[in-house]
Amino acid sequence: MGTTIIIKNLTKRFGNVIAVSHVSLTIEPGTFLTILGPSGCGKTTLLRCVAGLEDPDEGEIYIGDKLVFSHQQGIYLPAGQRDLGLVFQNYALWPHMTVYKNMTFSLEIQRLPKAEIQRRVADSLAEVKMEGYADRYPRELSGGQQQRIALARMLAYRPKVFLMDEPLSNLDARLRMDMRAELKRLHHISAATTIYVTHDQMEALTMSSEITVMRYGILQQLDTPDRVYHYPANLFVADFIGNPKVNLLEGVVDDGGNSVDLGKFKININTHNATGQVVVAVRPEDIAISTEPVPGAVEFTAYSVLPSGADSTIVARLGDTEITVKVMGSSKIKMDDKIWLKFDPQTSNLYDKESGKLVDPEN
Amino acid sequence: METPVVVQQPLSLQALATFRRLIRWLTSAKVVLALIMLVLMAYLIIVPLYRMLATTVTFQEKDSLFVPDAVEGRLTTFHWVRMLASPISQVLLYPPLQHSLVVAAGATLFALIIGSAMAWLVIRTDMPGRNIISSMATVPYIMPSWTIAMAWTVMFKNRTTGGTPGLYEYLIGHSPPDWLAYGPVPIMISSALHYYTFFFLFVSAALMSIDSNLEEASELMGASRWRILRKITFPLIMPAMLSGFIMTFSKVMGTFGGPNVLGVPVCYYTLSTMIRSNIGIGDFADGFVLAIMLILLAMITVFINQKVVGIRKSYETIGGRGFVAHQTKLRNWKIILMIIVIVFQILIIVVPLGLLAYDTFMLRPGNFSPSNFTTHYWIGKSNPDIANGEPGVLRNPKIYTGAWNSIRLSIVTAFFTALLGVILGYAIAKGRGTRLSKLVEQIAFIPYVMPGIAFGAVYISMFSKPFGPIPALYGTFALLAVVSVAKHIPYSARTGVASMLQVSRELEEAGEVAGAKVWQRFRRIIFPLTSAGFVSGFLLTFITTMRELSLIILLVTPSTQVLASMTMRYTENGDDQMAHAVIIILVVLVMIGDLLIGRFRGGSLKKGLGM
Repeated sequence: MGTTIIIKNLTKRFGNVIAVSHVSLTIEPGTFLTILGPSGCGKTTLLRCVAGLEDPDEGEIYIGDKLVFSHQQGIYLPAGQRDLGLVFQNYALWPHMTVYKNMTFSLEIQRLPKAEIQRRVADSLAEVKMEGYADRYPRELSGGQQQRIALARMLAYRPKVFLMDEPLSNLDARLRMDMRAELKRLHHISAATTIYVTHDQMEALTMSSEITVMRYGILQQLDTPDRVYHYPANLFVADFIGNPKVNLLEGVVDDGGNSVDLGKFKININTHNATGQVVVAVRPEDIAISTEPVPGAVEFTAYSVLPSGADSTIVARLGDTEITVKVMGSSKIKMDDKIWLKFDPQTSNLYDKESGKLVDPEN
Repeated sequence: METPVVVQQPLSLQALATFRRLIRWLTSAKVVLALIMLVLMAYLIIVPLYRMLATTVTFQEKDSLFVPDAVEGRLTTFHWVRMLASPISQVLLYPPLQHSLVVAAGATLFALIIGSAMAWLVIRTDMPGRNIISSMATVPYIMPSWTIAMAWTVMFKNRTTGGTPGLYEYLIGHSPPDWLAYGPVPIMISSALHYYTFFFLFVSAALMSIDSNLEEASELMGASRWRILRKITFPLIMPAMLSGFIMTFSKVMGTFGGPNVLGVPVCYYTLSTMIRSNIGIGDFADGFVLAIMLILLAMITVFINQKVVGIRKSYETIGGRGFVAHQTKLRNWKIILMIIVIVFQILIIVVPLGLLAYDTFMLRPGNFSPSNFTTHYWIGKSNPDIANGEPGVLRNPKIYTGAWNSIRLSIVTAFFTALLGVILGYAIAKGRGTRLSKLVEQIAFIPYVMPGIAFGAVYISMFSKPFGPIPALYGTFALLAVVSVAKHIPYSARTGVASMLQVSRELEEAGEVAGAKVWQRFRRIIFPLTSAGFVSGFLLTFITTMRELSLIILLVTPSTQVLASMTMRYTENGDDQMAHAVIIILVVLVMIGDLLIGRFRGGSLKKGLGM
């Protein structure tokens, strides 16, 4: 099951603003791809281009073996002929139709037999656990229920591709957690190629099989969640992903390439032939913290301690250098305590300061 | 990521791609609809305007009487010079222009005072009976604008015009002075009593939107009541008052009924009545020059409105929408003011209708005694001695034809106005931001700045001869329908766009993704979600068309008379009782329509204002 989606050199402008800039992307069958980025980065526009709701200015889009858009050939397949389903951010349930009518709208247009229509509605409602709501109007449903019906409506017409535009952003935090699990399960069962747009990194990391990070209409990185988290391709991605935020420490390559001089102290790290100004990115959870001096550790002061149950965040300071550390469980450390931090050269990443790009060990 | 690869294609393929993109653009629903509307509006608005202008700068058949070497159809400044700078302009243009300005300014000022005062009393005081007063305040606007003018003649006419006396003379014994019987004063008063509704509604809305915190804040700072009113409240409602001022001013400028009833008998002409008089004797070019002057005046007022109010519009959003908690206590004045307002409303609604009704039961005009009572004008058979042999209105086939024409015209106009509203709304709202959509919107606005009688004049020039595939429509019912629909285009566009914008973009897109074709989306998603707005728009158009006179007065012929124009014809023939019986029938029909509006949620008079 599933369909390949190929996007080639896609560009979409709104007046002088370039919303999507020369995006090329291949999405393998069954992939759950998340387009992640801050608001205004062009992620929704990219999704709408695939859906057929925007008319791009350049490039090509293939869905399966069908060429659905090509600027060069002047081809543009309407949304209805692209065999895809879309869940909108605000659900876009038709307020004048019952849940049942909302779901059968597309099926009636396809002129499916009545029995088949009823079976599909029942199946889809069961899949989102909304049996018994067929006769309600959308306004009679809660936000979470509307969300499920929007999903069910898409499932009912069995598209080969699922598109979702921030579907969980209007739900409260708790419902969002529940729905993440449901959506991931749904994708697991259907194995439909899915493109999911969000600005929420947790959604992206927890649900996707692949993530692409976007900024200013340009793709920054396309990778597995694990690699996006651990090997961000550039400083923007490193900074955007992770909570608490990654520590970005500016310094100069020293010791013939075996350490980075950060001014107050040095970090021993393999610099892979990088030279000059660099930035070391260290995830807060990758820093070892100790209340006693340890060899190789640097002395800091606990500026602030923020416990949050399962883990605690400690803001450490040395002069004007501030470093965030995350430890599991609650911490014994109190504010203004002396603490020693040890950096792990294996998990730290090195970026060229000027280009912002990851210094890749493979190069 | 990957560097973009630029593939150079052969020219033929590029041309094919461009062609496909063009076809796609041309066949998208919003573009198709926008283009259809452009063609339609070019035909209904642009071409007639052009032809009117062209008529004024070419020699007409009649001109050889004045200019020996005039060749029909040749370019000339003759008409403009004649109307603007010849001795005859001292009769045909300048006095009517001055009269129009005086009447419009006076009526607007008077309407402003009444409307604003009443709005303040209803919204910001604890006067009892505010609900009834508020709903009564819109009634004069629903009635035909010349109702009060006609009632005025029943009351105050004198023998200057060689006719019969009014009730005033019958009761008091001597003739009312000329200034009270005819001319600018009664025209101003009767127009103001019709149009004060604009001010009442605008100022009410503005007062309601002012957050009383703004006033309370200044009260805490120790400002006096009067100071607050002057320094805080008044500046906040200024934009609403200005809008009302401009709107009323340009409406009165273009109005025909009142000046025709109260001005023409004593040769007090305004631009609107002068246009009619010129066109009535076949001087089309001269009439058109006047019409263009009237259009220019209206354009200037609208322009001022947009400049002045546009800048100040930001005030309107100030404050919350919550109902004002802070109400001025009127104390002892409460009851007195309520009585004054209610008496006033009775004076301008019940009394005029009562006078008109009374008049219809008088056999001979001017004799108000019971011995003169007759039901002839309602149910009498034809009698050559009375009303030129016309039977009473209830058994008069002409009246039934007129009423049927009125209803037919109103239904047809309301239907097409709603239909164009759907199309214009879709084309403009879906194309938002494109040049095509902006162009459609701007052209749709043009009839708004055209006073009714001038717009009617435009249509004479267009449809008196065949044009393209369209036959000469002059003298047909279709022409009345076309002009009424065209005049309503700005209203169509406005309600249409407002309705379409209420339906979020995603609702249609969801249908698109679900595979619905454009007409399926229209029928099953867009139309059901917008129909309420169009139904109330339909009813409002029905009413405004029913009592429209200025627009069609130049275009009706004996076979296409509607009730509104019949009232004028009977008055001009001296059959006052017939005229008054007809206007009462008209008022009844309009009131029925208004009751129907009340039944539909979302229908409000305010939405229908000005169109």
